[in-house]
Amino acid sequence: MHVLFKPGFFSNVPVRHALVLGAIVALVSGVVGVMTVVRSQSFAGHALTDVATTGGAGAAYVGVSPLAGFLGGAVAGAGAMEFIGVQRARQRDIATGIVLGAATGLSALFLYLNATSSATTGVTQQVLFGSIFTVDSSTITVTALTGVIVLLVLAVVWRPLLLASLSAEMAAALGTRVRLVGAAFIVSMAVAVGLSSIAVGSILSTALLIGPAATALRLTRSLRAAIVTSCALGVVATWAGILCAYDSYDWDPSSHGLPVSSFIVGIVVLLYGISGLPGLRRRAHARNRDVLRTHDAHHAMPGSA
Amino acid sequence: MTTTPANSTRAPVLEFDDVSLAFGSRRILDHVSFEIRAGEFTGLIGSNGVGKTTLLKVILGTQRIQSGDIRINGTKRTARLRSVGYVPQKVSIDADVPIRSRDFVALGLDAHRFGLRRRTTEDRRRVDELLEAVDATSFADARLGDLSGGEQQRVLIAHALVSEPSLLLLDEPLANLDPRSVQEIVALLHNIAATRDVAVFLSAHEMNALLPVMDRIVYLTGGRAASGTTDEVVRSDVLSALYGHHVDVLQLHGRVLVVAEPGTTTDHLPSHETLKVD
Amino acid sequence: MINAWEVGTMVAVVAGVVGFFVVLRGSAFPAHAIPNGAFAGAAGANLMGISPLLGLGAFSLLGAVAIGTLGRRTRSDVATALVLVLMLALGAAFLSQSTEYEPQIFSLLFGEILGVSTSQLTPVLIIGAVCILATFAMFRQLMLTCLVPDIAHSKGLRPAVVDLMFLVIVAGATTMTVPVVGALLIFTLMIGPPAAARCLTHRPGVAMALSVAISVSVVWAAIASSFQSNWPVGFFVGVFSAAWYGVARLAHTALRARRTTLATAISYTAAS
Ligand SMILES: Nc1ncnc2c1ncn2[C@@H]1O[C@H](COP(=O)(O)OP(=O)(O)O)[C@@H](O)[C@H]1O
Ligand SMILES: [Mg+2]
Repeated sequence: MHVLFKPGFFSNVPVRHALVLGAIVALVSGVVGVMTVVRSQSFAGHALTDVATTGGAGAAYVGVSPLAGFLGGAVAGAGAMEFIGVQRARQRDIATGIVLGAATGLSALFLYLNATSSATTGVTQQVLFGSIFTVDSSTITVTALTGVIVLLVLAVVWRPLLLASLSAEMAAALGTRVRLVGAAFIVSMAVAVGLSSIAVGSILSTALLIGPAATALRLTRSLRAAIVTSCALGVVATWAGILCAYDSYDWDPSSHGLPVSSFIVGIVVLLYGISGLPGLRRRAHARNRDVLRTHDAHHAMPGSA
Repeated sequence: MTTTPANSTRAPVLEFDDVSLAFGSRRILDHVSFEIRAGEFTGLIGSNGVGKTTLLKVILGTQRIQSGDIRINGTKRTARLRSVGYVPQKVSIDADVPIRSRDFVALGLDAHRFGLRRRTTEDRRRVDELLEAVDATSFADARLGDLSGGEQQRVLIAHALVSEPSLLLLDEPLANLDPRSVQEIVALLHNIAATRDVAVFLSAHEMNALLPVMDRIVYLTGGRAASGTTDEVVRSDVLSALYGHHVDVLQLHGRVLVVAEPGTTTDHLPSHETLKVD
Repeated sequence: MINAWEVGTMVAVVAGVVGFFVVLRGSAFPAHAIPNGAFAGAAGANLMGISPLLGLGAFSLLGAVAIGTLGRRTRSDVATALVLVLMLALGAAFLSQSTEYEPQIFSLLFGEILGVSTSQLTPVLIIGAVCILATFAMFRQLMLTCLVPDIAHSKGLRPAVVDLMFLVIVAGATTMTVPVVGALLIFTLMIGPPAAARCLTHRPGVAMALSVAISVSVVWAAIASSFQSNWPVGFFVGVFSAAWYGVARLAHTALRARRTTLATAISYTAAS
């Protein structure tokens, strides 16, 4: 037991907070991520973390709460992307890029102003790499509440949004306002991403949004299964990463441990790699269950004989 | 330019009355009128770029017109109606998306509604029934993205039909299919029109595959349309008047060829059935 | 200061040329991911005590190859996102092991164009020239594979290979520009000016020339403004690029609206 869980792992308050917060972020990202990957909006999902960061830096300069800055930045960015909005996926990425570029410029300014106006050293690192270990319990509450709201909004628009993502024309034929549900999604995504970038940092935000969802989509046969798998994989990766990071303080006494985000990202990418193995994919892509069963039986034969 | 068949006993499902539409200076529909009836299979025939997709979008209400009236089931189309099923020209479902055929058909029932209402046993029965009607039961649990073009087309048709529309629009559903799938889909649609009392309205740039089953035809060229039964429309005098110059209609082994005189432009004749005699 | 103008112009020209294809081919995400991830390489090189340029080059090349090869097998946006986070996570690990790195993060992300030394000039010029030459050498392949993939295929071009080579060019542009304008800004320059140019003309040659011109004007104006105000160059590059795009979009919409109303008016007059 103590080989895996170093002493103090469960009694350590920052660790307990990190476990809870990580799970919340992984669950919300797991659901939002499935739709993000289905809609091929990974770039927007990632760019919004940087845009949120700009908001955070701006908030630090103006002196309002960083949470408001991150959320405001992300939602404003999503609004701008939607406003520039172009229909075709290829051009949608250009809209994202324009917004990201402008936000980056603003970031440069805010960070410069922060650096010159006050002694906020470390703000760059904090803002860019944020740490799951430094959150307090009020952040957890806010994250949980906002996460629930995001999930509720998604539940409301889910079906029209899904059809609009698969075929905008078929959705429009059923009377769906395709642009409206798309906008509802990107704003929900912005809130989720803004929250996770302040809670766990922008690297982890993107990793948890895209990685588990993309892995789950490869492994499952229905969207419902994909969502459940995506959430589960996200939580497992986060918890395992936290454990590794905690343990890493003991690996090499001279160093100061490795960042938790590096571990979690490593695990997320590893899971994605594993999901590409042919045996796993065959199961998800089998045309029906009977075919699968006979196939399995066939393969089991030599071993059992 | 419209020829109305004598035996119009039933009320039309769709009526175009003097409809006009232009993109800039380009006239796509120029005072077009025609009717479509339940239980009939109608082909919308015209070469590429003539405006078939645009005409279908007009019916759906996603494309505005400049003048004229469109009536669906006798009422003037105002808001979007759910009595129209639609299979668009291009649907590309990524094999990466875990959407089973049955999931996609079920979206035809409730994708226009907000919220996650639980699907009832009745819903599931209807989905199963439609999968069976389009002969898609054997791949009902397969990922849509893994299916062949013909198989996907069946699932899309089931999706469009599951809400029990009175009018089914299909935009070039045969364009990318191999000859055998073309025959199967055409037979399937003919059967659907006859047994489900649905008006099937299908666009194509090639009419020969449809000749055996087509009850009526709407022939579109240069913004103008001729409609009626195939025998009434695919005739030398009618098409010559439509094109504004002389064309011959030849029948060869049950196939139709529209032939233009030397020197006239044949660019706007439907492909594959056009011969240019030089 | 003289160096800043020279190097800034070179960066702008490279961004204008390479960015034209970034926008045309819809490679905005890789164009963001490669420089951003490469920044981790610089952090690693710093930790090992070797030249940051080597780390940048190695990581941007690795990133480009990884995105190019993985993107063929799965959704390319997913591949790009995962390669990016992996590189960033490595960067975070490198940073956590070094204590004196912090101040340099800012300059690697946002660049130090006003402090470019003469010794930095030569590598920038060489790599930049190579990138431009490579883009022109591949001009037709790059156009064909994204505009008419079928024709490209029938001519024996392999889109995946062309894609990969293009990403390597982006990696080269990245290596040369990150120490000068920073990881985040090279991306801004590769998107804003070319996207603005595309709104203004449909002719590829003209669009590319326009893209270079806009990009150079943005950089010059940014350097001048930064020199005046002491605010970071990056801020002005970001704002001017976005402004150019906004103006170009407005012009595009206005032009199209006028064309349509004119055509409609003519057709109605002709009809009546
Ligand atoms: N929104 C639009 N604005 C301007 N022109 C359009 C628009 N939609 C279609 N067109 C043009 O109208 C013509 C008819 O298009 P379409 O209906 O797609 O033809 P088809 O389906 O018969 O091939 C084409 O030349 C097309 O370029
Ligand atoms: Mg069409």
